Amino acid sequence: MKRLVVGAHYGLRDWLAQRVTAAIMAVYTLILAAVLLKGSFTYGAWKDLFAQGWMRVATLLFAASLAWHAWVGVRDILMDYVKPDGLRFALQILVLLMLASYLGWAVQILFR
Amino acid sequence: MASASAKKIRPKYLSLPALLFEIRLPVPGWVSILHRISGALLFFPFVAWVLYLLDTSLASEQGFDYVRNRYFALPLVKLGVLVFIWAYCHHLCAGIRFLFLDLDIGGDLKTARLTSWIVIAAGLALTAVFGARLW
Repeated sequence: MKRLVVGAHYGLRDWLAQRVTAAIMAVYTLILAAVLLKGSFTYGAWKDLFAQGWMRVATLLFAASLAWHAWVGVRDILMDYVKPDGLRFALQILVLLMLASYLGWAVQILFR
Repeated sequence: MASASAKKIRPKYLSLPALLFEIRLPVPGWVSILHRISGALLFFPFVAWVLYLLDTSLASEQGFDYVRNRYFALPLVKLGVLVFIWAYCHHLCAGIRFLFLDLDIGGDLKTARLTSWIVIAAGLALTAVFGARLW
């Protein structure tokens, strides 16, 4: 199988992914804001909200979207400002590890 | 022509003071760089912080009360929450503007400047609204 590492169509998937994940997160934000503004802010209401299946799935979808979105965005920042290849590579690995940790933590919070 | 081009030194490399004080960004440029800065801040430290708050507040009633009544009462935490709300709201509003620009809507200079002002104002206004609700 021939894989292109660079080339004209390389960035399209990332570009599109960043926009799709942005839309998902925007919708989630509006839903969460509506739910929070409607109900009273007590421990019971807070716990019940995240005990519901749809909220857990929606939050997990948000977290996954955030991880992908942030990967594209932070990688763009690193490519713009960090010129030495080795340092940039190390920072990109660090960012991936952090995002994986965030995602793992989010799953742990949602499904314990 | 020779005398005109001789006066200017090219290429011109930008020093940090030049970047800070000489270059004046147009308003859409401000929206763009603030979108980048807020995005970087959201990645770190704010995602980790929100996860910590979510973890603590959902774990137990004591955790919820601690976050709500004691942790959020700390001045530095209040400041951090304000910065987080601003970063989130600005990033969201500027992002929606960029989505419209992708669709070729609002790209002409007059509209682009107007929507830039709206995004900056909306980010600050939403911060004020949600910030006021917290206190």
